[in-house]
Amino acid sequence: MSEVAIIGASMTKFGQRDAWVRELLSEAGQACLADAGVSPREVEHLYVSNMASGEFEGQTGVPNMLAHDLACLPAYTKRVDQTSSSGGAGIYAAWQSVASGASDMTLLVGGEKMTHRTTGEATDVIASLTHPVEYKHGVTLPSFAGLTARLYLETFDAPRDSLAKVAVKNHENGTRNPHAQFQKEIDIETAMDSPIVADPLRLYDFCPITDGSAALLFCPVERASEYTDNYAVVSGVAGATDTHVVHERPDPTTMGGVVESSEQAYAMSGHGPEDIDVAELHDMFTILEFLQMEGLDFAPKGEAWKEMDNGTTRIDGELPINTSGGLKSKGHPLGASGVAQGYEIYKQLTGEAGDRQVDADVALACNVGGFGNCVTTVVMEAR
Amino acid sequence: MTMHASRYADGSITYPGHPVGPDGSEPVDTVDLSEYTATVVTWTTSTATPPGVRAPNHLAIVEFDVDGTPVRALGQLTTDDVEIGDEVEPVYCEELREPGAGIREPDSQAWDGYRFRPLE
Repeated sequence: MSEVAIIGASMTKFGQRDAWVRELLSEAGQACLADAGVSPREVEHLYVSNMASGEFEGQTGVPNMLAHDLACLPAYTKRVDQTSSSGGAGIYAAWQSVASGASDMTLLVGGEKMTHRTTGEATDVIASLTHPVEYKHGVTLPSFAGLTARLYLETFDAPRDSLAKVAVKNHENGTRNPHAQFQKEIDIETAMDSPIVADPLRLYDFCPITDGSAALLFCPVERASEYTDNYAVVSGVAGATDTHVVHERPDPTTMGGVVESSEQAYAMSGHGPEDIDVAELHDMFTILEFLQMEGLDFAPKGEAWKEMDNGTTRIDGELPINTSGGLKSKGHPLGASGVAQGYEIYKQLTGEAGDRQVDADVALACNVGGFGNCVTTVVMEAR
Repeated sequence: MTMHASRYADGSITYPGHPVGPDGSEPVDTVDLSEYTATVVTWTTSTATPPGVRAPNHLAIVEFDVDGTPVRALGQLTTDDVEIGDEVEPVYCEELREPGAGIREPDSQAWDGYRFRPLE
C-alpha cells in the first residue's frame, strides 16, 4: 500500500454566494490544480463530496459535470454522499484510491449550494436523513443538539456559558480566515442573549447555512516531490458508523463513531491524542466540540468544558481547535465542510495558514454526519 | 393504535423495530409501548421548525422499562413543563406533522403516533 501525500488545496469564499453548485465546484477544483501545478489531464480519479445538490437545486450528476468543466476527461468519477460527513468520506475514498494503486492522481472537490432555500427548507433537507419515527415528530439536527446539550450540562454540571465560550473562540478565529462566512467577533453576552433555537441552545450555538466548495489533491508520496517540496502526508484515516436512530444510543453524550474512527486513525498513524498539535472538529453545534474532544481523548469524559476556561483550545493554546473558525464561523456547506477541514490542517502543516498559523507537525480533522451517525477521522503530518 | 417495539431473541427490545436486533438476532415478538409509562431522559423546545411542523416543538427522549429491559423512544411532548426524570405517558395523536409539507413523500411513512404527557 502506497503512502499518500496531499500536494494541493483550495477553498472558495464561504457564505451567501451567487454561484450555483457547478460553479462553486469548478472554482475550487481549478484553484486546487493550479495550487499544485498539476494539469487536468493528469487527474485519474475525480471525487465529488456532496450531500444534496439534487434536493437543493435539482442538479444531479455533479462528478461528470465537474470532470467535463475542468477538462479532466476521461478520469474515473464518483460522488461521495455521507450527509454532513461527505467531505471526510471523500478524503477516505481519495486516500483509498491512491493507497491501493488504482490512481496516481486523485482530485477531491466538496461543495454545496444552500442559501437560496429558506432556513426551514434547508433544515428539512438535512432532517430528511432521519428515520421515519424521528422525522414524523419534526425532529431536526438542531433539536438533537438541544436534547444532548441539556443532558450534558445537567449530567456533568457544566455551566451554560461554557458553550457560549466555544462560539466566542471560533468567531475570533474566523476573523483571521478570509474564506470564513462570518468575519466578526462576538462576546459571551451576545451569545447568551441570542434567540433560543433548541433550548438550552441559542442562535450563536449553531453554524450558519452556507454556500461553498473546497478541494484537495492526492498522489503517492514518491511522486509528490515532482510537484512540490512542501506537502502533507495522510498518516491515518478511518471511518465509523453509529446508530441511525439517535435515541437508540445507550449514552447520548458519547459519540461512538468519533471514538471508533479515531482509535483506528490513531493506530494507523502511530500517533495518539497527545501528539496532535492542531485539530479541526465538526462544531456544527457548540456542544459537538465538547463531545468530539472527549471522543478523541483530548479531554476526559464530561470535562471538555473545563478546557474553555484555561484557554487550551484557543489559537495560542496548548491544543488549538478550529483555527479556521470551525463550521460555526467559517460556515457549513455540507459536502464541502470535511474537505475544508482537510484544507485547514494542510495549510497549518505546510506553514501557509497566514494570520492563523500555529506551530504544527501533526494535525487531526474529525468530520461528522447526521448527529454523529457517520464519522471520518483523519491524521495528517508535515513532510 | 399501538406503539410497536420489537423484542429480539437475545431479549433486547428496540423502538423502532429493525430486521435484526443489536446482536444480529431476529425479532421474536412485539411490545406495545403505549401500554407503559416512561421516564424523561432529556428534552428540548425547538423553535426553528421545518415546513409542516408545529412551532414551538417540544421534544423528548424517554426511556420505558419493559419488565426490566430499557427501551428508548423520541417523540413530541404535550408541554414544556417537564424536567429530566419526570414520568410521562404516551398519548395518541392522529397527525404529528403535516404530510406533504416537507421534503418526504407523504405515502412513504405514517404520520400519526404518540406524544408524551407528564403524569400528574
